[in-house]
Amino acid sequence: MVEKQATRDAYGKTLVEIGRENTNIVVLDADLSKSTKTAGFAKAYPERFFNCGIAEQNMLGVAAGLAAAGKKPFVSSFAVFATGRAFEQIRNGICYANLPVVIAATHAGISVGEDGGTHQSIEDMAIMRSLPNMTVICPADGPETAQAVRAAAQAKGPVYLRMGRSGLPVLYEEQDRHFQIGKGHLLKEGADVALIACGLMVEKALAAAALLAEKGIQAAVCNMASIKPLDEELLGQLAEYCGAFVTCEEHSVIGGLGSAVSEYLSKNNPCPVAMVGVQDQFGQSGSPADLMEYYGLTAEKIVGAAQAVMRKK
Amino acid sequence: MQREEKISYLEKQAKECRRSIIEMLTESKSGHPGGSLSSVDMLTALYFAEMNIDPQNPQKEDRDRFVLSKGHAAPALYAVLAQKGFFPKEQCHTLRKMGSPLQGHPDMHKVPGVDISTGSLGQGLSAACGMALAARLAQNGARVYAVLGDGESQEGQVWEAAMFAAHYQLDNLVVFLDHNHLQIDGNISDVLSPEPLDAKWNAFGWYVLPINGHDMGQILDAFEKARTIKGQPVMILAETVKGKGVSFMENQASWHGVAPKVEERDQALQELA
Repeated sequence: MVEKQATRDAYGKTLVEIGRENTNIVVLDADLSKSTKTAGFAKAYPERFFNCGIAEQNMLGVAAGLAAAGKKPFVSSFAVFATGRAFEQIRNGICYANLPVVIAATHAGISVGEDGGTHQSIEDMAIMRSLPNMTVICPADGPETAQAVRAAAQAKGPVYLRMGRSGLPVLYEEQDRHFQIGKGHLLKEGADVALIACGLMVEKALAAAALLAEKGIQAAVCNMASIKPLDEELLGQLAEYCGAFVTCEEHSVIGGLGSAVSEYLSKNNPCPVAMVGVQDQFGQSGSPADLMEYYGLTAEKIVGAAQAVMRKK
Repeated sequence: MQREEKISYLEKQAKECRRSIIEMLTESKSGHPGGSLSSVDMLTALYFAEMNIDPQNPQKEDRDRFVLSKGHAAPALYAVLAQKGFFPKEQCHTLRKMGSPLQGHPDMHKVPGVDISTGSLGQGLSAACGMALAARLAQNGARVYAVLGDGESQEGQVWEAAMFAAHYQLDNLVVFLDHNHLQIDGNISDVLSPEPLDAKWNAFGWYVLPINGHDMGQILDAFEKARTIKGQPVMILAETVKGKGVSFMENQASWHGVAPKVEERDQALQELA
């Protein structure tokens, strides 16, 4: 049995840990602290936790004020509300002023499941990535989330941290310290095609690489948890080495990881890219597993995309 | 300083700032005179009589902070900051020009004394709440002040912040509502009425203090009263005149966002002599 942990659980646990050392950290939530897992911080440090109620725009504004006055705010809600409802507050209040606010959003992507399309954010990375000064991170599992939370706590500017609802297989050891903002992590080497993934798609990309190996195809697998800034050096090396890419994300193929990778490659190392992701459509109710299958976020789809993109080399 | 002396000193400073607003706007050929002139008396009183700030050390940690939520009144803030010595007055001539620190709306990283960047209406009160919470956590006695527009009160976020400040009993937060009754498209009551503002702020849990926002004596009394209010944020509902001090600009919505021409400047400066 593979060990599972939701990235949001790792977030909640790490917040309590770093909150002990760093008393400058304050946490804000919009009536979702049990779901976003900030409730642990609220219990441990009630004087540094502010429930803002169902009022996300004000919450992001309050965070801006706290940051301007020297505090380190972590702000949590579901990804669709944190980035969508409060977009312009993030743009003008936080990013324009380059304030060190961490927007730690959970319930991103279609794996939210039964709540359906209104609650399944598929555009959050696209809109966060478009903002100057913003860093965008989408970790692959619990231990990497813990590292990302610590990195975000040290960041001098705004950070968007994207997390999910469901339990994910644990890929990294608890004591692993590979994560750095701006760095990807090469999990498997291979010369035929490069699979660039983030979030829960990293595990699918590893499974796809195993299936491809059975067919005699050697796929490199890269966990690109840092979507912005992107690890351009690693992408450049993979372009030289593999010459074809498949991007894998639980997000729209418009504006997310696939777009970021394509933007870099088209300017620097033109080579064919296939994108596995949500194809410009909204989600719907269903079990996370059924939805992943329906929207084509599977190892089998990555395998097909890899074979197709290799033919274009 | 005796009270009368203090009032006349503040009136003199405010007049100087009004002249500066007119001059910089004429030179920039764009910007917002109406709301700058309606709020400049409150800003002058804040920076010259009320706030714990140091122009030599604008980042002083335990300072009082100010949020110009109606960021388009930037010329008023720039005039007051320069007059107070945060930066050289000559710099006002660069307003809105390429490369100038004096952006169309205030930028905290470019102008000494600007505590937070503003410009998008409806957002400043939330930031002021965050600063008030930070001051409470620091237990340094710092107070937070903000100026909000009456047209701006049409933004929903203002009322989210109003709820928040009262819920967290932010009694170190004092907000002026620059009630000049006009917005770009006309009278606020014709465009989308936020009235009755006093009853609304009251109902949202704030201590409401109605004053004449151009009367320095009343502004000083309001500051004093605000310090005695415990467990509640304070809303100073300031009745003001858009374009105050320049006859042809007063109560004219058309002077919301149009800069004076040279001959209009000369007439305005004559009136402000």
